[in-house]
Formats: sequence, structure tokens, C-alpha cells
Amino acid sequence: MTTTKTIAEKAVSKPTRRDALKTLALGGAAAASMPLWARYAGAQTSEPIKVGFQVHRTGIGAAYGRWYDRTTSAAAALINEQGGINGRPLEIIAEDDGTDPKRGAEVVEKFAAKHNCDIGFGTLFSHVVIGSAPRAGELKLPYFVVSEGHHVASGMLNRYTLQPGITDVKSQVQAMAPFVADNLGKKVTMVFPDFAFGHDHRDYFTAAIEAQGGEVLEHIAIPPTETSFTKYFPKIPRETEVIYHVMVGPAVLTFVKELGEFFGPQRPEIFGFIDSLEAVDITSPGLEFLEGTYFWEGNPRYAQENQSEYDAFFRERVGVDANGASVSDPRDVSTYAHMFGCWETLHVVKAGMEASGYRGTQDRAALIEAVEAMTDMPHSIAHPQGAKVFNGKTHQVFGKQYISKVVDGKLLLVHTTSIEDTFYPDEVDYTTQSL
Amino acid sequence: MDFGPYLMLAIMEGALTAAVLALTASGLALVFGVMRVVNVAHGEFFMLGAVLAWWVSQLAGGSPVWGFLLALCVVPLLVGVLAAAVDMTILKRINYDPERTIVATIGILYILQQVTLMTYGPEARPVAPPFNTRVALPWFEMSNGALQLYWPWGLSITSYKLFVIGAACVVLLGLWALMTQTKLGLLMRATEQDREMAHAFGIPVQRVYAIAFGLGAGMAALAAVLIVPIQQAHYLMGGDPLLLSFIVVIIGGLGSLPGAILAALLIGLSDGIISVFFSPTLAKIFATLLVAFVLVFRPNGLWGTRNS
Repeated sequence: MTTTKTIAEKAVSKPTRRDALKTLALGGAAAASMPLWARYAGAQTSEPIKVGFQVHRTGIGAAYGRWYDRTTSAAAALINEQGGINGRPLEIIAEDDGTDPKRGAEVVEKFAAKHNCDIGFGTLFSHVVIGSAPRAGELKLPYFVVSEGHHVASGMLNRYTLQPGITDVKSQVQAMAPFVADNLGKKVTMVFPDFAFGHDHRDYFTAAIEAQGGEVLEHIAIPPTETSFTKYFPKIPRETEVIYHVMVGPAVLTFVKELGEFFGPQRPEIFGFIDSLEAVDITSPGLEFLEGTYFWEGNPRYAQENQSEYDAFFRERVGVDANGASVSDPRDVSTYAHMFGCWETLHVVKAGMEASGYRGTQDRAALIEAVEAMTDMPHSIAHPQGAKVFNGKTHQVFGKQYISKVVDGKLLLVHTTSIEDTFYPDEVDYTTQSL
Repeated sequence: MDFGPYLMLAIMEGALTAAVLALTASGLALVFGVMRVVNVAHGEFFMLGAVLAWWVSQLAGGSPVWGFLLALCVVPLLVGVLAAAVDMTILKRINYDPERTIVATIGILYILQQVTLMTYGPEARPVAPPFNTRVALPWFEMSNGALQLYWPWGLSITSYKLFVIGAACVVLLGLWALMTQTKLGLLMRATEQDREMAHAFGIPVQRVYAIAFGLGAGMAALAAVLIVPIQQAHYLMGGDPLLLSFIVVIIGGLGSLPGAILAALLIGLSDGIISVFFSPTLAKIFATLLVAFVLVFRPNGLWGTRNS
């Protein structure tokens, strides 16, 4: 409430002549001290394009936030080195949302009212996206999320919310089901976090495995703030052939360790989403049992033998080594399966702004239309994870998915799906909504 | 899973919860008993214990055994000294006024949490357990009229979890001995019974308060050092222990140490059993309902004696 009030007060208070002079003087000093700006002098204005970056710096999404931050900074630095967008530099304005939906909506408000951002960008956790997107829609602030949730393509949100840099859970799990059914088993028990993101897994994987002739024996939902997990595991039916696990939050390491301790030497096949171990070293003590198990990866954490030049470039610019950890601290493991989404989304924003001749906030609607008009996104520096196809009607991008096996304590890529494996019929046409 | 092994697993998990909870809650009960103040920052001393345990074990390096042992000795002491300092610099100044103490400890809660966030960061970090082997547990079944042992699927515990349960029992016995067999315990009990009279008899009440507050926080920190190899140290981890400790202390009777320990057993075991057989949410509902009933029908707690 305080934040809203402050913003309101600021909006009402009129600048005095002295304030205006101060601002001018400051602006002049800044311009003089930054010769780099000269490079953008060709543009109509050298005002930076402001990207409001909603980052999970604290709360249960903090590990993702740290790497989303690094990836976003790296992508912005690259875009600026290449001359910015329409000749204007890109400025990232980061605000912590505490991985909290209520604060998320306030942060979106702040981007629009206080910072006068051109777009909002970068939110991951689905409950924060769902909490923030309605406000972005009301403020007519283009809101580019990097969230994986199916809420964009499901039609739950609005025309101002887009997800052009990362695929959604529905397409991911649908592409996994044939592999699981053919190679691991048909009787599956699912363990997932008890909020929107986990429910997407529950609903779409259950349907997808049934389409393959398999079945889900038991759904085990765990609150994302839980810290102790053994008590959930006895619900796993004895005849389970495959455990399908996906978990998020600060206690993921405990979750996977206790899963291993529960089964001991008699484990069934295990298929997990790497979310269960994002930012966690796979060679941590207690995780030995993962040897021979399988993981979905949005982007392979370990540099593979046939690594593309784009992936190598992306790794180098973000500062990630061949094992997926920070080059400055090998214990600081990245969220490699997700963070490419920030990089790719910023490049989509750049392409969209260039296609629409974006000048300022008055062109926000044109930006939305320009992104909606996009289709093929080839494998390139702008899209290091792989080629993608964007669906302008559902505001969702589709791309390849990777399945890796733990071999000698490393994730080895064993299967890559096609983009077509991830398609499903449209559930919404956002282009029919007014801008 | 069959019913028998299932129940056994639930009891084991419940015993672990109960052990850690008994340590944390007895610290809170001690502070309330001796000082008659409610320490809302108790959960943050728990969190501080876990975070410092990570820090100490990183500093120690080498084998996880040494890091853990060092943390076990040093961390409760550090947290205890910090708490004693808080008592002398803040609580003493506001004269232990109940309302103002609550507000002051809420302030301390936020300070500790935010300072941890600013220095240690928002990550959850693991501390390697000194030892951790999976112990498969046997169960019996009747076959052909004879009892037979077998090893059911999934029925296991780790050696480290067993150690935590054992260590908690030892520490609680030590606390009991301290309170009943030593001079310090005598002074604390005297202060608890009548502060003014104790003062009149020359007991340094102020010092006893600082020691009790430090000891209470140290108990929470010790519980955290024990649990951190199972869970990870995280700046928000103090919330649950605080809530559960309050529940335990209210059910057990405010300020009653044996009451707190019995209530911790009750809550811990029921949490384990209810969450295994039904759902963890139902376990929380049960605990909260129990508090409500105790407050209505036995306002002094199940084992409380004081008529206040």
C-alpha cells in the first residue's frame, strides 16, 4: 500500500523550476561522462529503451533469479555492443519481486508508473506471472514472461502477455510421454509441487501418457515450501515402474536425496524434470543413486560433444563452464535449462522493436503486433537453445526438448524431440482481443 | 506399502520432527518460564544457527566430520552470546515489559532475517552430514504360522537421522540436569518462582536473565545445527520452527519444560503419522485445532501448573 501511495504522490507532485534545472544539469553531466552514447547519436533519440526486469532476487525463486539476472545482463550487453535497438541503448531496470505474486503486481505497476519502462520482462514462477499479468494488461505494458507455465497459451492471461523465449509445460510433457512410455515404463507415479506449474505437469502429463497407453497410478502433490519429504513417499504404489518427479524451491536437494534414501537399492526407473536439480550440483553427496536416471532438460547443462557454436558463444558470454557452473565458482551451478529464455526473449524484443520501428511507449501496441507476426526463429546467436516456431495467436513459442541420462555423474544427451512433437491445438486467439 | 511398515516409517519421521522440535521449543519455554517474555525472534536464532553452521563448516574445510563437530560446539555458543547481548542491550532497556518485548523481538526478527539475506544471500546451502548411510529396517510377517523377518520396500532411515534423535535426547537430559542439579539451575528456578524475592536474596537477576535468554537461543541454534545436514540453510527457514514452537509451548503449558518436551513428542509424532497417512496440511490443521482446544479447556496447557 505504501508503494502505491508513494507512486501516487510522486505522480501528483509537480516539478519546480529548480528541480528541472537540476535534472538538466545531471543529464548534461551524465552525457558528458559517457562517450559511449555517441554511438547511438544517429537515432532520433538516444534515450535508452527501458526494460523493466522482474527478478526473483529473494524468496523461493532466488537461485533462478541470480542466473536470470546474469543471463539478462549478458544479453543486454551483447545487444548494446551491436548498436542497441533502433540505434538506442538497452537499459535493464531490475526490481526484486520476492517470488511473491502480490509484490509482482506492484513491481509491474512500478515499471509503468515510476520508471516509465517500455516493457516488463523476465518473470519465471507461474504464480507470480499469474498475479502480475492482469496488472500489466490493464496498464497496457507489454509483458514478456520467461516462465514455462501453460497459462499464456491456455488463454488465461491477456494480449499484453507473451512468452516468445521459452516453451511451455504442456508442450514439454507431451513430447516426453512417448519416450517415457517406450523406454522406461507405462505405470507412472508423479511427484510435483502443489501450485499452478505443478498442476500443469499433473494435467498434461497424465493426459499425454494415457495417449501412449500408459497410466498414472498416483499423483503426489507437495507444497513448494515443504522442507521434509520422506513422509510423502510411502504413497508411491509398489507396482510403480517409473517415478516422474519435478520439484522447485529451496529444498530441492533434500527432496532428491530423500527420494534416493527412500528407495535404496530397489529403485524403479526415474524420470525427472531438471527443475528438481536446477542450480544444484548433480555430484552432491547423496545423489549417487541418480546414476542411470533420466532428466528433461530445456537446454543441456553439460556441454555436449556436438555442442553448437551458438551454445558455446552463449556459455562464454554468460560465464558458464562446460559443466554448467559459473566460470568464477564451480560450486555455483546455473539454471541452464531455463535461463536461455531470458537471452532469447530479449532478442525477440529487439527483433520486434526493429520490425515495428518502435519509438517509445506510444508504440507498445505496434510492438505486440510485430511479435505476433513472428513465426520461424532459426537456431542462431539470438536463439542458442535451438530453432523455434512462434504462435502469434497463443503468444507461445515452441521448440525442441532434450532428454539426458546421468552417466558418470554428468548429464549426457540421449534424445532430442522435434519441434512438431511439442505442438498441440490452439486454445486461444489473443489477436482477437483489443489492444 | 503395507500398514505395519508404513506406520513404522511414519513414527520414525515423526520422532525426528519431535526431536528437533523438543530442542527448539524447550528453548522458548525456558525463556518464557524464567523471564516471562515472549521471544518472537526465536525462529531467527534457529535460522542463524543453520546459517552459521554452514559458514563454520565452510571455514573448517576438509572432512565434513570436523566441520560438523566444530559447528556443533561453536555455533550454539555464538548464537547464545548474541542473544545475551540482545537481552542486555534491548530487552533490559525496555524493562521486559510484555507488550514492548513482543514488538522489540519482532524488530529483532526482521533485523536478523534481513542481515542474513544481505550477507549470506537468498540461496539454500547444504552442509554435508558427518556420516549418512541408509539403514534398511526389517519388519515381520506371519508365514506358515511362524514369525518371519523381511525387509519391506521403502522402510528405511539414515544413520544420521538416528543420530539426531539420540543427540536431542542427550541434550534434553543435559538441560534437565542443568536445571535441577546445578547452582545455575537453582538460580534460574528461583528467579522463575519470584523475581523480586530472588533479587532480595542477592541473586543477580539481570545476569540470570541474560544467561536464560542466551541459553534459550542456543538451544534453537543447536537444533538447527543438527537439522541442517538434512535440510539446507536458508534465510527464511525460521518461520516454521517458530510457529511450531509456539504451538508446542502453548499445548505443553507456558514456561513448563517437561510440558514442552511432551507436547513436542505429541505434535511431532502426530505430524509424522497424520502427514504420512493423510496429508501434511491436515497435520497442521490438527495441531492448530489442538491449540485452540487447549486454550479453551485448559488455558494453562496440558501439563502447566501455574495459575496465572
